[in-house]
Amino acid sequence: MTDMTADSYVTEDGRTIGGVVMEMKNITLRFGGVVAIKDISFDIREGEIRAIIGPNGAGKSSMLNVISGFYVPQEGEVWFHGAKRPKMKPFQVARQGIARTFQNIALFEGMSVLDNVMTGRLTHMKTGLAAQSIWWGKAEKEEIENREKVEKIIDFLEIQAIRKTPVGRLPYGLKKRVELARALAAEPKLLLLDEPMAGMNVEEKEDMSRFILDVNDEYGTTICLIEHDMGVVMDLSDRVVVMDYGKKIGDGTPDEVRNNQAVIDAYLGVAHD
Amino acid sequence: MPEQFMWAMEVMVNGLMTGVLYALVALGFVLIFKASGVFNYAQGVMALFAAMTLVGIQKGQVPFSHLINTIFGTEIHGFGWELAPWLAILLTAGVMVLFAWLVQKFILQHLVNQPDIILFMATIGLAYFLEGFADLMWGADIKTLDIGLPQGVNDWVESTTYNLFGYGFFIDNLDIVATVVAALLVTALILFAQYTKQGRAMRAVADDHQAAQSVGISLRFIWVMVWSVAGFVALVAGIMWGAKSGVQFSLSLIALKALPVLMLGGFTSIPGAIVGGLIIGVGEKLFEFLVGPYIGGATENWFAYVLALIFLVFRPQGLFGEKIIERV
Amino acid sequence: MIYREAGDFKTSYREDSQTFPIKLDRRAFWAMMIFAFGVVPFLINDYWVNAVMLPFLIYAIAALGLNILTGYAGQVSLGTGGFMAVGAYASYKLMTAFPDLPILIDVLLAGGITALVGMAFGLPSLRIKGFYLAVATLAAQFFLVWLFNKVPWFFNYSASGMINAPERSMFGAAITGPEASAPARYLFILVIAFALAWVARNLTRGSVGRKWMAIRDMDIAAEIIGVNPLTAKLSAFAVSSFFIGVAGALLFTVYLGSVEVGEAFGIQKSFLILFMIIIGGLGSIFGSFAGAAFLVLMPVLLKNLLVDGLGWPTDLAAHLQFMIVGGLIIAFLVFEPHGLAQLWRLTKEKLRLWPFPH
Repeated sequence: MTDMTADSYVTEDGRTIGGVVMEMKNITLRFGGVVAIKDISFDIREGEIRAIIGPNGAGKSSMLNVISGFYVPQEGEVWFHGAKRPKMKPFQVARQGIARTFQNIALFEGMSVLDNVMTGRLTHMKTGLAAQSIWWGKAEKEEIENREKVEKIIDFLEIQAIRKTPVGRLPYGLKKRVELARALAAEPKLLLLDEPMAGMNVEEKEDMSRFILDVNDEYGTTICLIEHDMGVVMDLSDRVVVMDYGKKIGDGTPDEVRNNQAVIDAYLGVAHD
Repeated sequence: MPEQFMWAMEVMVNGLMTGVLYALVALGFVLIFKASGVFNYAQGVMALFAAMTLVGIQKGQVPFSHLINTIFGTEIHGFGWELAPWLAILLTAGVMVLFAWLVQKFILQHLVNQPDIILFMATIGLAYFLEGFADLMWGADIKTLDIGLPQGVNDWVESTTYNLFGYGFFIDNLDIVATVVAALLVTALILFAQYTKQGRAMRAVADDHQAAQSVGISLRFIWVMVWSVAGFVALVAGIMWGAKSGVQFSLSLIALKALPVLMLGGFTSIPGAIVGGLIIGVGEKLFEFLVGPYIGGATENWFAYVLALIFLVFRPQGLFGEKIIERV
Repeated sequence: MIYREAGDFKTSYREDSQTFPIKLDRRAFWAMMIFAFGVVPFLINDYWVNAVMLPFLIYAIAALGLNILTGYAGQVSLGTGGFMAVGAYASYKLMTAFPDLPILIDVLLAGGITALVGMAFGLPSLRIKGFYLAVATLAAQFFLVWLFNKVPWFFNYSASGMINAPERSMFGAAITGPEASAPARYLFILVIAFALAWVARNLTRGSVGRKWMAIRDMDIAAEIIGVNPLTAKLSAFAVSSFFIGVAGALLFTVYLGSVEVGEAFGIQKSFLILFMIIIGGLGSIFGSFAGAAFLVLMPVLLKNLLVDGLGWPTDLAAHLQFMIVGGLIIAFLVFEPHGLAQLWRLTKEKLRLWPFPH
């Protein structure tokens, strides 16, 4: 059995999981009188696929928003790569290498698929206003370099045919894929996925699962995902955090969590054999 | 009592009165915004149109006479009658209801799911259209509005304050009437919005069009109703302002002044429109009185906006508006 | 048949992202440019310059600026008139204080000054959005007009309060002042308009443009994926104000020669430019030109038709004009919110397939 408390270990299927890359310490988040997250701590290791599960309203999306820097917790600390993260604006968090997708699709509806995915590269594109007004030279070169990178991701996610389509016209499943492409374009160290399978049929879920596994395998990206489909969670993830009413009620491997009585009572229901 | 201080007090009281008039125009905005999420830039022009229609109906003017005369070479100007004020007001209110219905049919219905900014720009288009239309219909010359409202300085106030403070306040009767009317109107509107079935339906529509439809509320009916009420409010505002300074183009600019009122009070609050109006009214008169002489005067052109801007930076939703919570 | 892209395959990303991907478009564009630069100056006379060409180009520049701010970056502004005034008065002060500066430098510096002023007034946009921002820009509009009216330093203490553009020439030809010829004025403005349109195209196709559009479409998501809202919004205000300032400077120095601030740069100007980008098409460079052309030509045509043709009094024509403009705004918003630019795009799409129906 692999020792998951070691600094780094190798999983059964040969992937290397590294040390702790992000740690949430005693996070409490309140909105006025409502406590969305109550004293939650957990960590995410480099290269792993970490799932956050729980009933609706448990505070899972809020937790991702805390990681993104969009919500500032009233108590607790976020540690990234062994150092406490100072209070940052969301765009600064993005520049640290954290990218995400959103529960209710947050694509830029006025732009094409290609432009949307190119916005994922914004943290890497550095030419200034002056160079861009002239275009020829530095700006054009950077644009083409980044276009090449983006096209690789478009290939990877098989959305070549729709690259010039305005995003507003796409069906839900394709929009989700474009959002994933945008997040991948940022070449993130940590990828946050908020219900990437929501609203998909079995075939689409299989595709999406394959993409997620490929991303983790090929690029070594650490992934933290929120998901409701238990089958997906159990199959894909290395470790799982279970939340309910803002509290953590389980934390461990999928098997450990599946057999945890508190989790069963709150969420999984009674097992039928 | 030092004369300078009394003078300042008088300016303040006049400011309050002006504030009431601003609030009247702002009220119309709030109503429409509450019920349809539309920021009706045309509210000021609606007040102008209502006032012009009132005068036209009352004096028996022939609508579009200038146009008809130009095309047909005729010389018609008036029907020759003069109507009683209450009848003229009633007929004008009817015209405003017709207007509301037309706006609903030709504009609102077609822009149901568009973002708010598109609707706002549509009302700017409406304002321009209505202005040209009103001028075409009744002529662009200045008209006097006389429906029998008491005018002139109120003697009772003057003599009482003189006896009390040794300084007589000049408060116009018209302003007093306006304050009373505004108070009645606001109370009626608040009661309407809170306690009647239609008022509740209106608030439902303001929150969520689709949800309101799904519980059986007819969006069209509510919109026609709301724009009619706003039209009536515009009529009252038009009467008050028109009696005060004549019915002319500058009346529509009052609408622009109502905007900082709304920014202060919050776009969705009826009491906010009043409080905002009073603050702006007093604020700009006092500023002009105290600071104006040192910087060239005419600060009333911009003071209200700068005040609202500064206020907004610290409290983006205004005094009473709903706090904007953003979620992802 | 004629207008087609069949067989025209792009083999590099560079080719794929060019401005006119279809060959016929490219040729038509350059033909039009040759006509505009090479032929028109010889045909032009003073009436057409004054009534149509100069206002069209100047307002097109202003419309480009406002389109960048409102159409691309989503920040609604009703202060365009006020910023044009900044450009005009800045150029006036520069021309009178530094008589040796070439007129082009005056105009560009005036744009730069307006960019700074624009950024200052754009700071509230970090806290305020949507209509609230639109109303806040009114503060800029009314304050600036009042400022140039009341503070005598701006109009060099002249008794009338108006400013007059001193004479300037370039390459020996008078550009401003009573001696300036129609072709000279036209070419001067045309070159500037062409250069600025090119800059606008470059900015909107690159990462700056995408940042602006991201802020416009969903500013929260934009921030979460790494766009700094402060720099994005301020850069939109800065670039937009530069364009608008240049337009204001040109309006004053080359076109009108003398202005009274309330009349030339009042709130009605702000609405005029806004209408141009609505009718022309928000978020479109072509649309800025189309809208400007439309709203410059229409009153001229109306006047020719109604007043000269049918003998109507001018005030009736003015009233009708208000109704038509207002009605058109509503019609465009209802039927084609992306304006003339979209109508043109649809026409071209039909043409691509012609003579086949689909």
